[in-house]
Amino acid sequence: MEKKRSTKCPGQWALAACALVASASAVALPPNAAMLTHDCAGCHGTNGASAGASMPSLAGHSKQVIVDAMKNFKSGERPSTIMGRLAKGYTDADFALMGDFYAAQKLNITQQSVDPGRVAKGAVLHESKCKSCHIENGKVSNDDAPPIASQWLPYLQMQVALYMQGQRKTVGMSEAIKALSADDLESLAHFYASVK
Amino acid sequence: MTTDRRNFLKLVGIGGVGASLAACGTTGLGLDKSAGRRVVVVGGGFGGTIAAKYIRMQDKSIEVVLIEPNRQFIACPFSNLYIGGLLPDLSSLSIGYDKLAANHGIKMIYDTVSAIDAAKRTVTVSGGTIDYDRLVLSPGVDFRTEEIEGYDLATTPQIMPHAWKAGPQTLLLRKQLEDMPNGGTVVLTVPLAPFRCPPGPYERTSMIAMYLKQYKPKSKIIVLDANPDIASKAGLFRKGWKKHYEDIIQYRAAQKVTAINAQNRSVFIEGIEEVKGDVVNVIPPQRAGRVAGAAGLIGPDKAWCPVNATTFESTLQKNIHVIGDASIAGAMPKSAQSANSQAKACANNVVALMNGKELIEMSALNVCFSYLSAKEAVSVAGVYAVKDGQIVSMPNSGGVSPDLSETEAIYARGWLKNILTEMSS
Repeated sequence: MEKKRSTKCPGQWALAACALVASASAVALPPNAAMLTHDCAGCHGTNGASAGASMPSLAGHSKQVIVDAMKNFKSGERPSTIMGRLAKGYTDADFALMGDFYAAQKLNITQQSVDPGRVAKGAVLHESKCKSCHIENGKVSNDDAPPIASQWLPYLQMQVALYMQGQRKTVGMSEAIKALSADDLESLAHFYASVK
Repeated sequence: MTTDRRNFLKLVGIGGVGASLAACGTTGLGLDKSAGRRVVVVGGGFGGTIAAKYIRMQDKSIEVVLIEPNRQFIACPFSNLYIGGLLPDLSSLSIGYDKLAANHGIKMIYDTVSAIDAAKRTVTVSGGTIDYDRLVLSPGVDFRTEEIEGYDLATTPQIMPHAWKAGPQTLLLRKQLEDMPNGGTVVLTVPLAPFRCPPGPYERTSMIAMYLKQYKPKSKIIVLDANPDIASKAGLFRKGWKKHYEDIIQYRAAQKVTAINAQNRSVFIEGIEEVKGDVVNVIPPQRAGRVAGAAGLIGPDKAWCPVNATTFESTLQKNIHVIGDASIAGAMPKSAQSANSQAKACANNVVALMNGKELIEMSALNVCFSYLSAKEAVSVAGVYAVKDGQIVSMPNSGGVSPDLSETEAIYARGWLKNILTEMSS
């Protein structure tokens, strides 16, 4: 059951109390996208543009990716340290608002040092193995594919490790990753980190 | 007097703050509210910078003036890592305000508030008086030193550093640890909650113990906690201490320090039992920062500021909002991330109020990491909403880490980088 935070009289409230609240002149609207997503910025950067190497930029994620991620964090299907605990505090409607917000933000272009040799190797691998889902060098988030271009290298490496250990599982990616060696994946991480 | 106000603020932005303020004074600022709308924010920490930024991000027609005495802000989170020897200096915790001010058109005034007149809606700094439509205070904490006999705020911290405001005090505590002989005793005293950063004293205990274990293995740390138990993440700290520092940390619950003798480097539990140390870190009990008291915002508990849970407007003074450690924010702990989140909820509703729009229900979150060793950290997280006028935790959400975690130590650094970047750009 989804928890309610709006003024729609959640069941646990006494009817009388709810009526009082509803009749008060200063009834507040339920949290909007700004109220919800601004809080994410402490860890994920203002408007989802992360400056922290272990934290993904959320800007430019498709709505579906955000909603799926939050639902999977909430259910525990996707492993996490903190995200699961936080996701449990929000409703599906909240996730939809968050998804709309981040889908409307421009991709965060980062400046970071990468290995040029690996970038070149990763670019070739991208063409042959990845580009059907991670379109435009991973810059565009389509359906269930997150934007991986210009994410911080440590973040990409951490996610690769989670997939390789089988802790993070997603349809498509879990299969695709099996066709790649650890060295390939390291080169791909350098390539995507380098995309501007 | 629109132009006067704008010209004045241009001058402020360029520099020569004191002079221009003195030259203009109240009259020069213009009190005609039709001339424009102004929010004054006091305090350039985790709350104030974010309130100023998010008001401007959402409504560029509102002037925002940020008053802060210091040109550089040094973050408390991670300062315990410096004390433990995991950071070479405080540079990674230090930010300035220039980029924030330039990016968002925030007018910085580097000055100290001497008075607030809630009825006239003015703030007085040494350079003059500034009028406001709404005032947002994020003043942090001050110390209730009067509750510790023998404590003198001017001299005691030089001998017994509190290191509860990051900067010279942090450096002093570290230096005292370095100078302490192997075999020395560190005494750390924890005040009754609520205080800034509930897990902070225990993270500090962990970091000091880590240092002692490596460099002063014959030494120990005695923790005198006024609280009945470790005030935050208790199970995780106990686990970490048992794993790493069992013979180093002596933790004593319900031991309230009520007197000190700075010259002897000793503290007195309930004024009776004397405990002596080579390094004594007394963390005094706390209250809302001085400015809050000056504005009549402190509630019947004589320590903290009661606020409306949706807008963070003071319940004692109209048009003044209080965020961060100084506010009574229900279930939210006094943490950096809480202040950041409260600032945003406050900013959203300040913008709504100033535009005659409906209020938005507050939603907030907290994330707080603590290091237990060089590579392990734990966290507490929470999501908050308003119910029956109180800030409560969303049911079945939040809570503490299941165990000590190297991943969380990595994420903690990502969090620090992002929250400081958010405040400074």
